[in-house]
Amino acid sequence: MILPTLIFILVAGGVLSWVVERWHPGSAKWVALATAGIELVLTIWLWLQSASAMALPAHGGWLAEIRAEWIPRFGVSFHLAMDGISLILVVLTAFLGVVSVACSWTEIQERAGFFYFNLLWTLAGAVGVFLALDLFLFFFFWELMLVPMYFMIAIWGHEKRQYASIKFFIFTEGSGLFMLVAILALVFIHYGSTGVLTFDYFELLNTAMSPSTELWIMLGFFIAFAVKTPIVPFHTWLPDAHTEAPTAGSVILAGVLLKTGAYGLLRFVVPLFPQAAGYFAPVAMALGAIGILYGAFLAFAQTDFKRLVAYTSVSHLGFAVVGIFAWNPWSLGGAVMQMIAHGISTGALFVIAGILQERTHTRDMRRFGGVWGVMPRLAAMGLFFAIAALGLPGMGNFVGEFLVLMGLSRVNSVLASVAAVAFVTSVVYGLALVQKIFHGENTHGWQLHDLSGREMATLYSMAAITLWLGLYPQPVLDTAALAIDGPRNIATGQYHSGAE
Amino acid sequence: MLPLLWLIPTLPLAGFLVLALSGKYLGHRSIAVIGTSSVALSALIAILIGIDFIAVPPPGFVFRQEAWIWIAVAGFSPGIGFYLDALSLVMVLVVTIISFLIHLYSTEFMTGDDGYARFFAYMNLFVGSMCILVLADNLLFLYLGWEGVGLCSYLLIGFWYRDSGNGRAARKAFIVTRIGDTAMALGLFLLFTHLGTLDIQSLMQRVTQQWPEGSELAILAAALLLGGAVGKSAQFPLQVWLPDAMAGPTPVSALMHAATMVTAGVYLIARTHVLFSLAPPVQLAVAVIGALTLLLAGFSALAQKDIKRVLAYSTISQIGYMFLALGVGAWSAAIFHLMTHAFFKALLFLSAGVVIMSLHEEHDIFRMGGLRKKLPVAFWTFLIGSASLAALPLVTAGFYSKDLILWQAWSSAGGNPWLWAAGWGGAILTGLYIFRVVFLVFFGEARAATPPDTRRPGLRITIPLIVLAAFSIVGGWIETPPFLGNLTLFSSFVQHALPPAQVVHDGKNDETILELLAMAASLGSIALAYLLFLRYPAFLHGLMLIPALARIRKFWHFGWGFDRFYEFLFVRPYLWLAYADRNDVIDNIYKMAISFTLRWLQKVDRHDVIDYIYSGLAELCLFLYRALSATQSGQVRRYAAAIAAGSIGIIFIGIFA
Amino acid sequence: MGATMRTAEAIAAIPMHHGLMLAAILFALGVIGVLVRRNLIFILMSIEIMLNAAGLAFVVAGARWEQADGQAMFIFILAVAAAEVSVGLALLLLLHRRFQTLDADAVSKMRG
Repeated sequence: MILPTLIFILVAGGVLSWVVERWHPGSAKWVALATAGIELVLTIWLWLQSASAMALPAHGGWLAEIRAEWIPRFGVSFHLAMDGISLILVVLTAFLGVVSVACSWTEIQERAGFFYFNLLWTLAGAVGVFLALDLFLFFFFWELMLVPMYFMIAIWGHEKRQYASIKFFIFTEGSGLFMLVAILALVFIHYGSTGVLTFDYFELLNTAMSPSTELWIMLGFFIAFAVKTPIVPFHTWLPDAHTEAPTAGSVILAGVLLKTGAYGLLRFVVPLFPQAAGYFAPVAMALGAIGILYGAFLAFAQTDFKRLVAYTSVSHLGFAVVGIFAWNPWSLGGAVMQMIAHGISTGALFVIAGILQERTHTRDMRRFGGVWGVMPRLAAMGLFFAIAALGLPGMGNFVGEFLVLMGLSRVNSVLASVAAVAFVTSVVYGLALVQKIFHGENTHGWQLHDLSGREMATLYSMAAITLWLGLYPQPVLDTAALAIDGPRNIATGQYHSGAE
Repeated sequence: MLPLLWLIPTLPLAGFLVLALSGKYLGHRSIAVIGTSSVALSALIAILIGIDFIAVPPPGFVFRQEAWIWIAVAGFSPGIGFYLDALSLVMVLVVTIISFLIHLYSTEFMTGDDGYARFFAYMNLFVGSMCILVLADNLLFLYLGWEGVGLCSYLLIGFWYRDSGNGRAARKAFIVTRIGDTAMALGLFLLFTHLGTLDIQSLMQRVTQQWPEGSELAILAAALLLGGAVGKSAQFPLQVWLPDAMAGPTPVSALMHAATMVTAGVYLIARTHVLFSLAPPVQLAVAVIGALTLLLAGFSALAQKDIKRVLAYSTISQIGYMFLALGVGAWSAAIFHLMTHAFFKALLFLSAGVVIMSLHEEHDIFRMGGLRKKLPVAFWTFLIGSASLAALPLVTAGFYSKDLILWQAWSSAGGNPWLWAAGWGGAILTGLYIFRVVFLVFFGEARAATPPDTRRPGLRITIPLIVLAAFSIVGGWIETPPFLGNLTLFSSFVQHALPPAQVVHDGKNDETILELLAMAASLGSIALAYLLFLRYPAFLHGLMLIPALARIRKFWHFGWGFDRFYEFLFVRPYLWLAYADRNDVIDNIYKMAISFTLRWLQKVDRHDVIDYIYSGLAELCLFLYRALSATQSGQVRRYAAAIAAGSIGIIFIGIFA
Repeated sequence: MGATMRTAEAIAAIPMHHGLMLAAILFALGVIGVLVRRNLIFILMSIEIMLNAAGLAFVVAGARWEQADGQAMFIFILAVAAAEVSVGLALLLLLHRRFQTLDADAVSKMRG
C-alpha cells in the first residue's frame, strides 16, 4: 500500500495547497513544504527498511509491489513496484521536492497556490514514472508530469518563457508520441504471438519478435528517452527550458525530469529489447560521449549562468547514457551514482543562480564579478558545487564519472579515452564559472546581502549530501546493485550477443 | 604510535573544516592557532610515528590501516586506507614538517590580509590532501589526494581573486595539471581492467606476475601514469603552468614547490617503480624528460627578472633532476634529492618573501641590490639556500643529493654519459642562475625605487628560516659518497621500499673523478656568476647588444615559447570554436530547418499548381473558421436558442424518420 | 387507506394526455422565457419552470403505470434543481459584483 500512498500524498498535497491558498494567502508554501517533507520522511523510512530487506536475495530485487485491475478489457493494470533504482530515484525526487519548495519560498509571489499545485503534481508524475511497471500506466505518468511543468515554465518563467515552454512541450510530447506508438506496437506483437493482451512489464519481457522489428520498436522508446535525458542531437529544448524556468522548475527539471529519461533507458530499453539495444549500443555510447564533450564545450561559451549550468547537464547525463549502454556492473553503478550526484550538484547550482537572480535580477555573467567580496557564503557554496560539477574526487559526481568510464573502458577503451577528455573540458567551464561570477573585481558595485538561514540550510544540506556521496557512496551503490543485477541477468546474455 | 597514522591527514582536514565553517567569527589569533596547530600536531605525530617505526619496525616494514571501503562494485573495492612504509614515511615527514614551518611563517607574513581565515583553510586543505596522496594505499585514494592538491593549488594561486591575472594563472595551473590527471585516470582504468585491483601493493605484485618486461600493456600503463606525473611535477611538455603559479602569496609558492604538489609526480613514479622498471622505454622517457626539462628550465631561469620566477624555473629544473634519477632507476637518490630540495627550496622562497615584503611587493631583481647589510637574516638564509641549490661542495645538503644523482646517471643500468652530461651542464646553469640572483639582490649598489623597510622580521618568520637553513646544510649528511665516509643511512632505510640502483659502469676511479667534476661545476659556476653579474656586468651588457643574443634571451625569458605555442595550438582554437558555437549549431539547424520549410511552403503557395488545392483548402478552413466562430457569440440566450432549435430538430427527425 | 385509494383513483381519472399537455405547455413557456428574457433571474426562473415541467411529466407517467419511479424521479429532479439554483445564484452574484448588471447579453466575453 505504500507505493500508491507515495503518489497520493503529492497529488493530495498539491490540491490542498491550491485550495488553502484561497483561504489563507501565503499558506500554500507551508502545505507544500509539509507534503514534500512527509514524502521525504516516508521514502527515507522505506530506504532504511529496505536496507534490511535487501539482505534477502529471495526478493529478486523488488522491494514492494502492488497490482490492481484498471482496464481489464485492454490488459491495463495499476501495477506499481519498487526496486533499488526506483527507491533511490524516489528519495532523490522527494529531497529535491523539499529543496524546490524552499527555493521558491520568496521567489514565487503570484498565484502561489497554483504554483505549488503544479510543482507537487510534477513530482507526483515523476514518482509515478519511477514506480510504474505497466506500460500504459507509465505513459500516463509520463504525460502527467509534463503538463504541470509546462505551466510552471509558461506562467512563472523568465523573459522568453513562451518560447521555451512551447519548445519544451513540443519536444517532449512529440517524442512521447514515438513511445506511445512503440508501446502499442510491442503490445500488439505480444498479443499476436501469445494471444494475451497486456501492458504489463513482466509479461512483455522476452516478447518474441524479429530483429528488425525489435530495432524499430526499441528506437521508438529510445527517442522518447533520448529527448528527455537528453542525448545530443535532441538536447536543444533543454537549455531554453532550464534557463527560462523559475528556480524550482530548473531544479526539478535537472534533478528529476532528466532522470526519468535515463531511468527509462535502464528500465525499459535494454531489458525489453536486449538484442536490439546491444546492436545499437555502440551508436548510443558514441552519442553519449559526444554529449559529454559537446555539453562541456558549449557550457564554457555561455554568458547566462543558468544556461551554462543547463549545458553542463547535457554533459553529465552523457555519462549516465554511456554508463547504461556499456552495461556492466561498474558502469551501471556509476550511471546511477551520476544520476543522483548530478541531481544534487546541478540542483544546487540552479538554486545559487536563483538566489543571485532574485537579488540582482540578472543572470548575465558579464554583469557579475567579485561576488565573493559581498556574499562570501554564497560564493563558497558556488565554488563548492562548481568543483563538484567538474568531478573532483571526494564528491559524488566523481564516483559516478569514474565508475562509468572505468566500465566503459572495458567495453571500448578508445571511446573511454575520448570521453575522459571531459575531465579537462569540465575544469575549463567550471573554473570559468567561478571566475566570472565569484572572483575578479566587483566592477558593478553589487551590494548584496548574504545567504539567509533558509538558503543556508538548503545549500549546506546539499553540500553535505554531495560529500557523503563522494566519500561513502556505498549505501547508494548497494541499493542500486541488486536492482541492477535483476535486469542485468535477464538481458546480459542477449545484450552482448547483440553487440557482437 | 602507529595506529594514530590516520590522524596525520585528518588533523589538517579538520583544521580546514573548522576554518571554512567558522573562520568568519574567529579573530586573527585563533585562526593562526587553529591553522598552524593542526599541521603542527600532524607533524608531531608523523615524527613520533617515524621514531616508532625505526625503533620497532612493524612486520615487513609496512603498516596498513583502513578506515572504510570507499567504493565497492563487483570486485572493485578501493578503500579509504593508509599505507606506511619507508618511502611514505620519508615523504610524510618532509611534507608535514616543512608545511608546519611554512604555516608558522605565514601567520606573520599574511597579517592584515582580509582573507586570513580563507588562506589558512586552503593551506590546511593543501597539506591534508598531500598527506592523503602520500599515505594512500590504493591508486584511487591517491588520486583523491592528487586532485585535491590540484584544487588547492588553484585556490591558492588565485588567492587574491580580485586581480583577474591571478585567476588566469590559477586556472592555467589547474587545467594543465588536469590534462596530466586525465592521462593518469586512463592509466587507472587500464590497470584495473587488466589486473583487477587498484591497491598499490597487490598491483605491483600482479604486474610482475602477469606482464613480462617490455610488454605493451606495461608500457602503456606506465606511460599514462607518467602523463599524470609530468603534469603535476611541471615537466616537459606540461611545465608551463608553474612559472605563472607565482601569482599566489609567497608562502603558497614555498608550499607548492617544496612540500606539496610538484613533488607528487616524483612520488608517484617512485611508488609505482615496479611498473616503470617493467617498461624500459617509458623509463628512458622519464630520464630524457628529466634531462631535457632541467636544461630548458635552467636556461629560462637565467633570463628571468622576477625573483620568484627564477625560483620557479629552478624548481622545474630540480624536479628534472629527480626525474632523471627516477629514469635511470636511482629511486632512492630521487627521493633523497626531493627531501633536500624541499628544505632549500622552501628556505629560498621564504627568504625571498622577506625581501619582497621589505621592498613593498617588488619582484624585479634589477630593482633590488645591496640588501646584504639591510636584511641580514634574509641574506644569510638566502645564501645558504642558494649554496645548497648550487650544490656547494661538502657543506650543503644539495651537494650530496645532486652528486648522487649525477653519479648514478652515469653508472647505473639505465644511465649513460649523455644523461650525466645533461645533469652536469644543468649543475653549471644552476650555480649561474641562482648566484646571479644572490649577487644582484644582495650585493652591488641599491637600485630599489623606495628604501627597503629594514625592520627585523618577527620570530615567527625568523625561526622557520633558521630551521630550514640548518636542514639545508645538515640534511645531506646522512648519505655521503664512498670517499667521504660512505654513510648510507638514507638509502639503507628506504631500501625497504625502493630497491637500490644497480651499478654497472663501475670503474674504480670513475666516481672520484666525476665527483671532482661536479664540484668543479658548482664552484666554477659560482665564480662565473660572480664575474659576470657583479664584477664585470658591462661585459654582459655588451653581449646583449647583439640582436641575436638578445632575442635568445627573450626566448628563454618566455620559457622557450611554449606558452605561445600552446596558445596558438589549443587555447585560441578552443576559444574560437566555443564562441562561434555558443548558440549551439544543432539548435540552429532545427531552427533553420523549420524556417526553411515554412519558406518553401510559401513558395509553393505562390507558384505551384497543387498550390490551388492547398490554398483552396486553406480558404475553406478559413471560411469554416469564420462561420463557426461567428456562432460563438458569447450570448447565453443564443446558445439556449440553438439548443432548443436543435432539440426540436432531433425530435422531428425522430418522429418522421 | 381508503383516502389514498380515492386520491389515486381521482388522479387516474384524469386522462394522461391532459397531464402531458400541461407539462408540454409549461416546458414551452420555460423555453420561451429563457430565450426572450434578458434578466438572469428570470432566466433562472424559466429554467426552474422547465425542470418542473419535466417533473410533472414523470409524475403523470408514474401515475399512469402505477409505478413509484415517477415520484422518485421527481424527487431527484428537485434535488438537481436545488443544486442548480445554488450554483446559478452564486454565478449570478459574482456576475453582478463584477459587471454591475444582470443582463445576460452583457456578458459575452467568450465570443469567438
